[in-house]
Amino acid sequence: MALGFLSRLTQGLARSAGKLTEGIGAVFTKRKLDEAALADLEDLLIGSDLGTDVTRRIIANFRRTRFGKEVTDTEVKQALAEEIAEILAPVARPLVINPERAPHVVLVVGVNGSGKTTTIGKLALQYREQGLKPMLVAGDTFRAAAVEQLQIWGERTAAPVVFAPPNADAAGLAFDALTRARAEGIDVLLIDTAGRLHNKSALMEELSKIIRVIRKQDPSCPHSVLLVLDATTGQNAVQQVGVFKEMVDVTGLIVTKLDGSARGGIVVALAEEYGLPVHAVGVGEQMGDLRPFFPMDFARGLVGA
Amino acid sequence: MPVFDVLSSKLSGVFDRLRSRGALNEADVIEALREVRLALLDADVALPVVKEFIAKARERAVGVEVLDSVSPGQQVVKIVHDTMIEALGGAGAVPLNLNAVAPVSILMVGLQGSGKTTTSGKIALRLFTKQRKRVLLASLDTQRPAAQLQLAQLAVQAGVASLPIIAGQTPLEIAIRAMETGRREVYDVVILDTAGRLSIDATLMEEVRQIRTLTNPAETLLVVDAMTGQDAVNTAKAFNDAVGVTGIVLTRMDGDSRGGAALSMRAVTGAPIKLTGSGEKLDALEDFHPERVAGRILGMGDVVGLVERASEMVDQEQAEKLARKMAKGNFDLEDFASQLKQITKMGSISSILGMLPGGAKLASAVGDAKMDPKIIGRQVAIIGSMTAKERRTPDLIKASRKKRIAAGSGVTVQDVNRLLKQFDDMSDMMKRMNKLGQKGLMRQGLSALMPQQRPQNRRPF
Repeated sequence: MALGFLSRLTQGLARSAGKLTEGIGAVFTKRKLDEAALADLEDLLIGSDLGTDVTRRIIANFRRTRFGKEVTDTEVKQALAEEIAEILAPVARPLVINPERAPHVVLVVGVNGSGKTTTIGKLALQYREQGLKPMLVAGDTFRAAAVEQLQIWGERTAAPVVFAPPNADAAGLAFDALTRARAEGIDVLLIDTAGRLHNKSALMEELSKIIRVIRKQDPSCPHSVLLVLDATTGQNAVQQVGVFKEMVDVTGLIVTKLDGSARGGIVVALAEEYGLPVHAVGVGEQMGDLRPFFPMDFARGLVGA
Repeated sequence: MPVFDVLSSKLSGVFDRLRSRGALNEADVIEALREVRLALLDADVALPVVKEFIAKARERAVGVEVLDSVSPGQQVVKIVHDTMIEALGGAGAVPLNLNAVAPVSILMVGLQGSGKTTTSGKIALRLFTKQRKRVLLASLDTQRPAAQLQLAQLAVQAGVASLPIIAGQTPLEIAIRAMETGRREVYDVVILDTAGRLSIDATLMEEVRQIRTLTNPAETLLVVDAMTGQDAVNTAKAFNDAVGVTGIVLTRMDGDSRGGAALSMRAVTGAPIKLTGSGEKLDALEDFHPERVAGRILGMGDVVGLVERASEMVDQEQAEKLARKMAKGNFDLEDFASQLKQITKMGSISSILGMLPGGAKLASAVGDAKMDPKIIGRQVAIIGSMTAKERRTPDLIKASRKKRIAAGSGVTVQDVNRLLKQFDDMSDMMKRMNKLGQKGLMRQGLSALMPQQRPQNRRPF
C-alpha cells in the first residue's frame, strides 16, 4: 500500500504540474531572464492559483537574484520549488490526536461540496488503523441524505455514527454525541457539519453555537477545528479561510481533490496569509486516499521540478 | 472588508480616478486596464481570458472615440462593461433547450462537490412548477455513498418522480433503465445526475461519453462552482472535449466570489452559462443574465436584479407610502422601522448594496460584518418602545426618554443613541438623494450619497 500511496500522490501532483511545467519549459530553456521572461513566469504562477501577492514576491526575488542571467529550465524549476517549499514548510504539521482527552473532539467545517464527509470517513479509517476508537457525528442535518452518507462511512470504518432526524439542531446533537462518547470510552469524536458559505452570517453563527454548547460539557472543546478546502478553489479561499478562522477558530486545513487538474497553488497564498497548519491532503474518493502534506513534494509537484 | 466583492471595489477605485480627470490620454487607459487586469486575476478570471479581454478593451478604448468624447471616464467604463457583457455571452438569458422528442434527457456533469445533485433537484422543480413538465430524476452516481438516496429525497421535496434505486447497477444500466422508464411512463424530461469525476480520469470520462451517446441528451450541463480558480477552464475544456457541453450552470453564486469563473466559461467552451444557483433551497435557481453579472463585476450594480427582488419581497403599498414621504422630506422613525423590516425580508444588506451602483464600495465603507439581522431586530425593538409622538418627532428624545426606551427594549442608552444617529445619517442621505435626483444617482452611483469624511464606525441605514 505504501508504494501505491506515494506513486499516486506523485501522479496526481505531476498532473497538476503538467501545464505549468510545460509552460516553464517552453519559456526558459536556455533563455535570458529578462523582463519579458519574468512577465511570462508571473503569468504562469498566477495561472496556478498562487495569487498575485505571492507571485509578485517570488518574481521580485527572481529579479534580484537572477535578472539578466542565462537560466535553464531546471534551474528555474528548482529555485521555484525551493521558494515555495520554504513558504510551506512551517505549515506542514500533522494533526496529533490526544486520546487522553477521551475523547479528542474534532469539528469539521467548510463550504458546501468541499469534501467534509469523505474526509471524515478517511480520518476515521486512519484512527482505526492507529488502534484508536473513533465516533462520527452526522452534524449535517440539513442536506438530503447527508446522514446516510456518513452512516455508510461508519460501516466502512466500523465506527459508531450518532445522528438525529432531518433539520434537528446540530448543536444539541453534538452535545449528546459528546456525552455518549465520554461514556463509551471513545478516543476521537469527529463532528461533521453542514456545508456553509462563509459570507452567510446566520449559518456561521450556527457553528459558533455548536462550539458554545459542547463547551458546557468540556470547556477545552473542540480540540481541533478542521477546515476542509477544495483545491480547485481560487483566490476566494483567502476570504473563506479568514472568515472561518475568525468565527470558529480553525486550527488546521485539509486540502481535498488534489488528484485532479487543479494545482492547489492557493495553499501557498494561504500559508503566507494565515500560517494555519496543513494537516493532510485528499487525493481520491477511496478510504485510503488521505496523505500527509509534504512541502517539498508538493512544491516540486506544483512546478514539476 | 474582505467579505464583500473585491473586484467591484477595485474597479470602482480605478474608474473613480478616471472620472475625476477631465480628459483621458492613452496612458490613462492603459493604466486603468492594468488595474482591471489585476482585479480580474484576483477575481479568478482565467489568465488567457483576462488577456483577451484586456486586449479587446484596449483596442476599443484607446483612440479617438475615447479621447475626443465628452466624458472619457464614463466612456471607458462603458467600453469595459460592454466588453464584459460580450465575454459573458451577450445580453439576455439563454433558456434550457427542451426541443427534442420526449422524454427529453438532460445530462448533468461536473467535478465532485460542484453541486450537480442539488442543481438536478432545482431544475426538476423549475420544470415541474414553471413549465408543467413531468420530470423523472435519475441518479447515476454509484460512487459517492448515499448519492442516489440524496437525489430521491430531493425528488420528493420537488414533488417529482425519481427512478427506483436498484443496488448494484452500473451507471450505464441505470441510464438505460431511466430512459426506458421515461418512455414507458411518458415523462417529458429525464434528468440524469452523474457522479462527480475529474477531467483527467480517463476511465470515468469514457463512461460519461458512453452515457451521452446512449441517451442523446438535449442538454449536457456542466455544473461549476463559482468559487473555482484558474482550473475552471481546464475542467470546462476537458468536459467540453469529451461530451460536448451545451450549457453551464454556475453554482454558489450566493458566495462572495462572483465574477471570475463566469467570465472564463463562455470564452473557453463557447457554451452559454444558462443558470446560476444561489442557495441550498430548491427554488434558489436563476437564469443567468450576462448584463447583470457584468454590472455587478464592474461595480455598476445589478439594478435590474434589485428591482425584481424588491418587487417580490417589498410591500408595494408601503413602499409607495414611503416614497411619498421621502419626496416631501418628512421621513420619520416610523418609516425607518418599516424600512428595517423590509430589509430583513429582502436578505442581507450587503447583497442589496451589491446590486446598487457603487454599492460594493458603500458596503465595504459601512462595515458589512455589523449588519446582521439580529441588530436590525434590536433596532426595530428600540423604535417599538417609543411613543407615536417620539417616532414622528425624534428631536423630543432626550436623556430620560432615552432611558425609558432603552429599558423598554432591553438595550442600553448607547444603543438608542446609535440608532438615533443612524436615523440622522439616513435622513441626511434622503436629502442628498432628493437633491441628486434619479439621474445623478444612476450616473454617480450610490457612492454619491456617501458623506465625504465619516468616522469608521458609521453604520448603514
